[in-house]
Amino acid sequence: MTITEERQTDAPEGEVGRSRRRKEDQRLITGRTRWTDNIQLPGMLHLAMVRSPFAHANITAIDTDEAKAAPGVIGVFTGADLKDTQGVNANAWPLNAEQKAPEHLPVAVEHVACAGEIVAVVVARTAAQARDAAELVDVDYEELPAVLDLREAVKDEVLTHPSLGTNTSAFWKLDSAEQGSGGDIEAAIAKARQDGIVIEREYRQQRLVPAFMEPRSTVVDPTGEQLVVWSATQIPHILRFLIAATMGIPESKLRVIAPDVGGGFGGKLQTTPEEFATIAVARRLGKPCKYTETRSESILSAHHGRDQIQKLTLAAERDGRVTGLKVELLADLGAYVAIVGGGVPVLGAWMFNSIYKFDAYQFNCRTVLTNKTWVDAYRGAGRPEATYGIERLMDELADEVGIDPLELRAKNWITHDEFPFTTVAGMTYDSGNYEAATARAKELFGYDELREEQRRRRESNDPVQLGIGISTFTEMCGLAPSRVLGSLNYGAGGWEHASIRMLATGKVEVVTGASAHGQGHETAWSQIVADRLGIPFEDIEVLHGDTQIAPRGMDTYGSRSLVVGAEAVIRAADKVIEKAKPIAAHMLEASVDDIEFSAGRFGVKGTDRGVSMPEVALESWTCHNLPDGVEPTIDADATFDPDTFSFPHGTHLCAMEVDTETGATKMRSYVAVDDIGVIVNPLIVEGQEHGGLVQGIAQALWEGAEYDDQGTLVTGSFVDYTLPTSADTISFVTDHTTSPSTTNTLGTKGVGEAGTIASTPAVVNAIVDAVRHLGVNDIVMPCTPERVWKAIQAGAPVSAEGEREAAPHFDEGAPNQADPDPSASVEGSLS
Amino acid sequence: MTRIQVTVDGVSYSDDVEPRTLLVQYLRESLGKTGTVVGCDTSNCGACTVHLDGVSVKSCNVLAVQADGHEVTTIEGLATDGELHPVQQAFHECHALQCGYCTPGMIMQAVDLLNDNPDPSEQEIREGLEGNLCRCTGYHNIVKAVQQAAKAGVTS
Repeated sequence: MTITEERQTDAPEGEVGRSRRRKEDQRLITGRTRWTDNIQLPGMLHLAMVRSPFAHANITAIDTDEAKAAPGVIGVFTGADLKDTQGVNANAWPLNAEQKAPEHLPVAVEHVACAGEIVAVVVARTAAQARDAAELVDVDYEELPAVLDLREAVKDEVLTHPSLGTNTSAFWKLDSAEQGSGGDIEAAIAKARQDGIVIEREYRQQRLVPAFMEPRSTVVDPTGEQLVVWSATQIPHILRFLIAATMGIPESKLRVIAPDVGGGFGGKLQTTPEEFATIAVARRLGKPCKYTETRSESILSAHHGRDQIQKLTLAAERDGRVTGLKVELLADLGAYVAIVGGGVPVLGAWMFNSIYKFDAYQFNCRTVLTNKTWVDAYRGAGRPEATYGIERLMDELADEVGIDPLELRAKNWITHDEFPFTTVAGMTYDSGNYEAATARAKELFGYDELREEQRRRRESNDPVQLGIGISTFTEMCGLAPSRVLGSLNYGAGGWEHASIRMLATGKVEVVTGASAHGQGHETAWSQIVADRLGIPFEDIEVLHGDTQIAPRGMDTYGSRSLVVGAEAVIRAADKVIEKAKPIAAHMLEASVDDIEFSAGRFGVKGTDRGVSMPEVALESWTCHNLPDGVEPTIDADATFDPDTFSFPHGTHLCAMEVDTETGATKMRSYVAVDDIGVIVNPLIVEGQEHGGLVQGIAQALWEGAEYDDQGTLVTGSFVDYTLPTSADTISFVTDHTTSPSTTNTLGTKGVGEAGTIASTPAVVNAIVDAVRHLGVNDIVMPCTPERVWKAIQAGAPVSAEGEREAAPHFDEGAPNQADPDPSASVEGSLS
Repeated sequence: MTRIQVTVDGVSYSDDVEPRTLLVQYLRESLGKTGTVVGCDTSNCGACTVHLDGVSVKSCNVLAVQADGHEVTTIEGLATDGELHPVQQAFHECHALQCGYCTPGMIMQAVDLLNDNPDPSEQEIREGLEGNLCRCTGYHNIVKAVQQAAKAGVTS
């Protein structure tokens, strides 16, 4: 089967910058895929999990007899059976030495701290038999009081883990005065209270479900010399380390493979109880075992994201210049401190000040345990929360000052001639141009025209009001400099590794430690290497996601693959060239100093003599006539550890129509102009942006994980956890401005999370902007029609008689309509 | 166990199945047609979409015994004679997939949509794909791909 490529006529000369269609697609569009659940091994057994229905309980007895006698069942294992072999789900990022982190056992032994925790594992010959038998496991629980609400949890009246004595896991603070990166926040606020403006708000970051499309699955084969683990994970290398570190298996006896992985968004940046339980059972039985979760299990037991209460105090002068920001966060970790769960909200510490120049800044974060599913990274991880907070506040301040919110931002942002710029949080941004991105976004959006339309609709009292939402975001990504991670108490490094193998037949294998799960690394890395080594794009194979093939790696998350992983690839390619030069010189009977490499050819300066890279590769393989002392290979490895983060930014503008009578909202247009530095593949970048936008928009409008007061997740399936569909969304306008990053060879910045970070406040700002004149200054996310409607009702202006005015509910003069009773409907709405 | 006879991607199969077996389980576990995948347990996501006698169905929502005597086409049988189906080609051209997990179902649904309506508007495309969830692409490029395939005059 062939795929025809349409070469773009305006394509750049090299591969970098070209909208190459993806290499990955051929298998995926024809169903020739290798998802973990597709794997079948001889004698394979299937697992089903018995899960706690209670949010908080002691396990008093488990009767497995009936389940063991069920057809096809090979064994039933409780936590007590596995406790010495199952390892532990580790927290790799303790915020400080005082952090409290309850032990997180894959299969609970005595105590469950949230609904969905595994209490027993059933193994049978088929998945259906295992599930049937799981119903027969009889567990006696002693139910304990559960604490579910974040504010209640802080009081420590009911404890998530009674043995810890508190629900607070850790407290973490960044203060600009203390660290010398800015002034004193309390002084700034006190001054603003006297003669300036103080904006105080509390925002809720609701709990979200990452909802990758491929449910998680793990296959374990214990029959070889090495234990082989296939898993639907973003982090095969980190998983391998943590299996070795906690299960007593030598790392050298472990091979972890992430085959085709169907999305992650942070949700597969985890070592899961299910992985560890499957390994423990497979080792016990000596047989290959598979566990694949149902979607309902995934929503319940794969980690959740966000879930914060943000108390924010912004101090400004009367003209709108911000003098200080104080952030007080309560972050809900759920029942356990997950792999980087405690650290995620702290990633916001350097981002609440965003693109702005504030005099003083303080960030306080308290991480809190509750009897709910554990919380960890979800696309953006800490930075969407921060961006939401500050971008909502900037709109509020603009309203208070009485100027256009874009003008207010321009008054405060770092100007393009001020880079590199060290912020009040102490982070140095290398490059950016907020003016250029904003100008381009305004132009594409038709900003002035839409403002005019908004004015007309307000004046005519149109029942459908128009709002314009702004988000001028930046983020720090490209995790991460190992030294910085070390200073933050993170348990691993942030480097990335690459190898380039120059095959005798002229083909090239590029091995990357960044483990892709939809991002298109195979295509983008091929483009980069094609340019670097002068090898045709088609002749390059990118290999990843298997610790036996790619033994070194730190995997894919935090928009790190291109800026860290591909930089390692570039450095390995440069080493290949350097290793090839003496061989080429020998072949050409020239001095190494006279060899120059260009477009895949080693030439002798001043002559037309030369040899190609594949010719040198072949020569180094036959090894028949190499110069003395030269190693007979031109393969090369490189490990790259960045000095700093990557700081993409952009201006996003969103127009929302709000029906003031029903609360229904409709997205009219969305423009995103992102500065992500030099772009390797515009097509892939656009795809990342579109998908990111919709995830952020979904937080604003639709998604939210909700528990009842018993601690049962009521949004436990795709029926109730409402992912956006094609019919809910619109087509977007995306464009770019380019300030190349100064911290890597190609000048690239991360893009994987940008859309999600930027879009949530843009949408909510637009909705609030549409109804601000009705007395509304906030709507809790997700902004459902009910919440929008209630906010409008609560904010509706009070008439002279003391009664709230309601918008007319019926068109005047239309047939078959009863005369509305405004006071009655308003009374109802206020109850 | 019940005996069924089903033609899948042009090959005739005869098997004994438990009556409760879902069509998607039969395809994946008995026939090894793992190109068709399972994304949820409430028939919301559409990842398992196949064609039953030429019309799209969510194969998690059909029992294998209901397919007895019928013809099933999966993503693996869509390309013919080594040539990609135009919708497959358009998904590739328009970068309408990232992780690719929803893609088999999305493509099968898009083919069905274009069979019903060869010249759909953007809104009709969006509504026609409403039963298929994608978490990666934001749907933007999927809609473009269907538009491109429509322009190419796709009918299967």
